[in-house]
Formats: sequence, C-alpha cells, structure tokens
Amino acid sequence: MSGELADSEFASYDGEWERPTVFYNTAVKYLVYAVVLVFLVWNVVNVWVPIDRLLRGFGSAWLLVTSMFPPDFGVSIVVTPVQVGGYNVFVPSALAVDNDALRLWSGMIETLAMSIVATAIGVVISVPIAVMAAENLVPRPVYVVGRAIVSVSRALHELVIGIIVVVGFGFGALAGVIALVFATPGFLAKLLAEDLEDIDPTQMDAIRSTGASPIQVLLYGVAPQVMPRLIGLSIYRWDINIRAATILGVVGAGGIGNVLIRSFDRYDYQYSMAIILSIIAVVIVGEVASAVARRRVQ
Amino acid sequence: MLSVENLAKTYDSGDEALKGVSMEVSGNELVAIIGPSGAGKSTFIRCINQLTTPTAGSVLLDDVELTELSTGKLRDERRNMGMIFQEYGLVDRLTVMENVLSGRLGYVSMWNAFRRNFPADDVRHARATLDRVGLGGMEDKRADELSGGQRQRVGIARAVVQRPKILLVDEPTSSLDPESSRAVMDLLTEIAREDDIPVLINIHEVELALEYADRVVGFADGRIVFEGAPDEVDEDVRDTIYRGGTEGSLEAEPEPATESDDERPATPTER
Amino acid sequence: MATESIETAGEWDRFDRRERLLRYVALLGTVLLTYVSWQALNVRYSYLVTAPEMTLNLFRRMYPPDATYAPEIVAPMIATINIAVVGTILAIVMAIPVAYLGARNTTPNRYTYGLGKFLIVASRSVHVIIWAIVFVIVFGTGTLAGILAVAFRSVGFLAKLISEEIEEIDRTAVEAVEATGANGLKTMLYGIVPQVKPAFIGLSVYRWDINVREATIIGFVGAGGIGMELQTRIDFFDWSGVLTILLAILVVVIFSELLSAWVRGKVR
Repeated sequence: MSGELADSEFASYDGEWERPTVFYNTAVKYLVYAVVLVFLVWNVVNVWVPIDRLLRGFGSAWLLVTSMFPPDFGVSIVVTPVQVGGYNVFVPSALAVDNDALRLWSGMIETLAMSIVATAIGVVISVPIAVMAAENLVPRPVYVVGRAIVSVSRALHELVIGIIVVVGFGFGALAGVIALVFATPGFLAKLLAEDLEDIDPTQMDAIRSTGASPIQVLLYGVAPQVMPRLIGLSIYRWDINIRAATILGVVGAGGIGNVLIRSFDRYDYQYSMAIILSIIAVVIVGEVASAVARRRVQ
Repeated sequence: MLSVENLAKTYDSGDEALKGVSMEVSGNELVAIIGPSGAGKSTFIRCINQLTTPTAGSVLLDDVELTELSTGKLRDERRNMGMIFQEYGLVDRLTVMENVLSGRLGYVSMWNAFRRNFPADDVRHARATLDRVGLGGMEDKRADELSGGQRQRVGIARAVVQRPKILLVDEPTSSLDPESSRAVMDLLTEIAREDDIPVLINIHEVELALEYADRVVGFADGRIVFEGAPDEVDEDVRDTIYRGGTEGSLEAEPEPATESDDERPATPTER
Repeated sequence: MATESIETAGEWDRFDRRERLLRYVALLGTVLLTYVSWQALNVRYSYLVTAPEMTLNLFRRMYPPDATYAPEIVAPMIATINIAVVGTILAIVMAIPVAYLGARNTTPNRYTYGLGKFLIVASRSVHVIIWAIVFVIVFGTGTLAGILAVAFRSVGFLAKLISEEIEEIDRTAVEAVEATGANGLKTMLYGIVPQVKPAFIGLSVYRWDINVREATIIGFVGAGGIGMELQTRIDFFDWSGVLTILLAILVVVIFSELLSAWVRGKVR
C-alpha cells in the first residue's frame, strides 16, 4: 500500500499515537481539565442570573444611554440677533459657562495635580524600596522586607487605600495623593528592582575597589546604569497615576471622580457623560504624551 | 497525469503573473521550473492546486478540471496533490506527528481530527514516512525544535502521507544550506521513483535543477521560454531565461541588470 | 587642518552643553510643576503635622485583626472570585469577535477594522469603577453589575492582545493545512488554533489575575464582592474588621498572582 514498503514491514509500525502532554499522563491531563471545568461551572452557577432580570436590564440600559446623550459640558454658545437687510440673523457672540463646566475644569486640574504630586513623592520613596528589593545589592533579610512592601503595595488597590484614608483621616485630595503614593512602589520599585538585579557587577566592583562606601557604590556604580530606565518608568507611572486619579474621587479622595459620582447621584446623566468623555480624553492625551516622552528619554 | 492549458493569472493589482502557460506532467518524472524571480513560477504552482485562483485556462488532474470545482469537490481533489512550501509551512507549536498527520485531514471526521484520532493505517504510514525521510523517533518533538532541513523533511512527509497523485514543490531549498538542499532534492527524486508519482518543482538554483531534473522548463515574464532536457540548457538558453535574450521568445522583456544575480547557482540565501 | 579640528571639537562641546542644559531645564520644570501642583491641592499643613499621629492611631485601632469576623467574609470573598472568573469568561467570549475585527488580516474591510479598534479603545479607556457605576444604575446593586463591569473593562485589553496575536499568524502554515484538502474548520483547528492557543490561555489567566484585584474595589459603588463588605466595615468604624478584610484580600490576590504566573509559565 505505501509503494515502497512490503505489507509485513509496514505492519510492524505502531498504529497508535497519542499527543504528548505537559501533564504527566493523559489521566492527569483529563483530571486537570475536569477540575478547571468544575471550577468554572461552579463560578457560573454561583452567580446565576435569571434571564428576565437580564432582559429588564437591557431595557433600562437603553434608557440610560439615551438619557446620557447629548453630553452636557455646561458650556453653551450665546447667540444674538443681528439685523441684516431686514432679517434677523443669529450670530454667536459669547461663550456661556455655568457651574458644571467650572466644576469639571477644577476637578480635572485637581486630578492632574494629584497625579503629579503623587508621582514625585512615589518615585522618591520607590527608589530605596527598589534597592531593598534587589537581591544582588542587599542582605537577605532586607530583601525579604523589600519584596513584602512591593507585594502589599501591588495587592491592595489604590481605591482600597483611598477609602480607608478618607474615612480614617478625613481629607480629600490629600487622601488621593496618599493612595497613589502607596500604590506606586508596587509598580515602580518592582520593575526598577528587576533592572537593578540585571546591572553589570564589574562597574560596581570598580567603584568598590577605590574604597568607596556602600552609599557611594550605589551612587556611582549603580545609579548611572539604571537612571534612564528610572526616568522612563517614572513617566510611565505618571501616566498610570493620571488614570487612577480620575476615579479616586468616587470614594471621596479628590479629583474629577468626585464630580462624576455626584452627577450620577443627582441623575444628571448628560453631565456624567460629559465627564466620562473628558476623563477618556485626558487619559488618552496622558498616554500619548507619556509614550512620546519615554521614547525621547531612551 | 497533470495537464495545464493556457493558464493565466492577473492579480487585482494589475500584475500579469502568468500569460498563458501550457504543460503536461506525467509518469514519475521530476520536472524543474527555473527562471528569474517574478517570472510567475510560484504563481504557476499555486494555480495548480487553486491556492491562487487562475484568471483563465484549465488545469486537468487525471481528467478532472480543477478550475471549475465547487469548494467541497476542490477539497477532495486537493487531497490528491501534495504541496511542499518554501518556508516549510509547518505549524510550529504542533508536534512533528501532528504536522505529518495533518496530511490526512481530508479523510477523517471533524471530531476525530479534534481528538488527534487518526486510523491506525494513517499512523503507521506516518511513522514509516518519518523513518523514510530520516526523522524516525522524532514524532513527539515540536516542529519549532527542528532545524531547517529537518523541518523541510517534515513538510515532505506531510505531502507523502496524502498518497498524492502528484507533488507540487515551491522553492524547497531556498531557505536551506547547500547540504540540506541536496538532501531534500535526493529525497524528492527517490519519492518520485519509488511512489511512482510526478514531481513538479519550482526551483531557484539552476545547478540543482540541472542535476536532478528529468526535464527543465524555463519561465520568463509569465511565459514558458524553454522546455527540454537538462543537458540542453546551455549559455544561450540561460540567456533566454534570465536576460530575456531573443532566442526563444520575442516578447520577453529584458530583466534589470540586478536580476542576473539569480543565475548564480546554489546560493541558498537568495531573496 | 588644525583650526578645523578645533572647530569640530567646539561643536561637540556645545552640543554636549546643550544636552546638559536641556536636562537641567527638564529637572527644574519637573520640580516647578510639582510645586505648583502641590499648591493647587490646597493641603492644610495642620493635616500634615498630625498625619503621623493619626496613622499610628488608626493602626492601633486596627490591630489586632478581628479573627471572629473572618467566617463572615468568606462569602463575599468567594463572590469576588466568582465575579473575576465569570467576568473574564464573558470578556473572552466578547473579545474573540472584537479581536477578529481589530486584526488587520482577518477584518472584512476598513470600516469593520475601525469599529474593532474603536471598541478596543472604548473598553480600555473607561475605568472598571465607571463601568461598575453604570451597570449598577442599569441592573441594580449586586454581583451582576460587577461581572458586567469587569467583563466590559477586560474586553479591550484581551481583544487588543489577541488581535496582535492573530496578526502574527504564520500564513504559510495555514495555507499548507488548507492545501492538504482540509475544510475550513479543520484548517482552523490545525492551522490557526495551535498558533494562538498558548497566548490566548496566557492572556486569559493574566487578565483573570488582574480582575481579582479589580473585583475587590467595585463593591464601593455597589457592584458586589468584598468591596461592599469593606465599605460597610469602614462606615461602622470597625477598624479591626477592616484589617481582617485587608489581610484576606492580600492572601487571595497574591495567591491568584502566583497561580497565574505558574500557569503562564506552563503554557507556551
């Protein structure tokens, strides 16, 4: 049948073949699949939603969407009639700005200010934490502490910190700044530590061999190697902090989020939509600016 | 027997890649198509199994007209044509065995394909073929763990397990070093003889073509400008094929000077 | 000759100096911007003075965590995981067609490509908490709103990365499977699925891990999960209960992060 092979020779080949698996054998493989499937099904069953509730939701979703348009930025154009050849022609003469527009504006300024201050402070405290979390630079116990700080900072969402600080201490924008500062090392120190672990040790040794103190070794042997990366990461983190700052106000921690949640509370959905669109615009501008700046640094 | 008549292909961009090509391939001959890049060699091969739909002309495989088939019928006919690709066309993350067995996909049910459950005869044939191409025991390796030459041999094995009526081979050696290239050509010759099927190879390296082919077809500018035995390929013929000399074709446009580089044989890194 | 080389040297020096000047200007600008921002925040300095004491005070009220309260947070914690899992599943289901539209080589035409990209950007630029607010208005308080918020937020992320994966598919391999006479579905099964599967699984698990974190906060606006419980404890000033919840979140989040990293290492 296969041209060149005698039937007996052909028959000597094994007719069975099974795909090799990353698990130890097929039984384990199906067991793992079964466990995953049961887990997924259990999750779905746990949150099971009656269909009629979903359908009712779609109705009110449509209502919400229609009541959000057109977005109302609180800015309107005043037109005044001008006589042209016996006809009244309406000509735009001024821009009317109401309180909504002012609140939107000042909320956005506060958001940006929070993100800038928080990034500056966050970078300053992230650097020593990064050194602590770099395995090659510090003794083991310090390393463990450094990693623990990074882990906690990563695991607790900035909103969780925000809400605690707001209720515990009772201040607005500063609470937001504290929340963002808290979250910054989880990103910045973690990535910077990874870079510190990759540095060229001979440069460090060269400085050390001149009799420099450990601090001097850090300043002259380590810092120059990771400086561009630190700047790049800081800009990146600023971009992330802008995003986060736009929503911290939802729990009362200052910024545009405050304005947003209040607009929802008073069912002013057209204004809400305007705020959401403004947030999206600021976030996208921040993203693009950060990308451009990072490219320039590298 | 493959019989192509007046095959033409004009791409949407307006490029006329093929301008009426006729050819017959039968028995167990190894036919090499040579010619400069852009002469339409690849388009020709792809128009045979309809990976590229020709604009005009006919392709007959054992008296079945391929250009007018419905999708389903075309799939059935494709099972009879094994194809080997320049860039191997292997699925990197599948095992060697899965790549080879995919040559039998046209014969198994969807469900069995999903479960990788192929008939015992197919698996035996796949194992035997892997042995034959020198990859016995490599069944469970992933395709991306292999070297270029090994990958091309998996590609050949995949075509062979189709038990095709013809092998279509598109630039099998242009990604390979000279040594692997020769091994691949040896293998293709052997398959043509032993399985008694014709092999149609579109190949870049003239010297390899002359050494292995039973018949050489020269393409230039979408047309056949030469057809004959390898020993008939002399300087004049090369001139005709690669520099658009006046010998065999009056219409062939002269190629730009850089194209003459193509003539240099056995440089595997070309293009 | 000599003068020329001096001139070039001067040029280099000047360029170097300009670069250094630029650096100082950037540094000064950053410091100035930070200062102005700080001023804009109108922070009362009395806060800053009392802050360390208040922090210490808060910690004292939190510690020790309330162990007797622990059983009560099991249910909301499970709900949090449920939200993350089901939200991710839903996101995957929605992301596949969006990725198909947003990938240059599979999208039917220019307009569908634009639509795909628009959906991706829209989903990504709206924060999960905003999605949560919207869905709470639509579906009322509870898990459903949370699931939808997590799902809608994740679609863009998944669709973006999956479409990039689709764009990198090796076309020849797909063609080769097609050339054996395999039909569309089999070609997909052997040619396309193996190429995108590892990235697909990796991305899904990665997004799930992010979603566990996000699911801890959407409760603040009523979209279910541990966040609602946390909000209640805070409103009651039950600080030791708050610490219990924080520790629980820490454990769950870090565990899911490790699990996700392990799975991603396993598939390739």
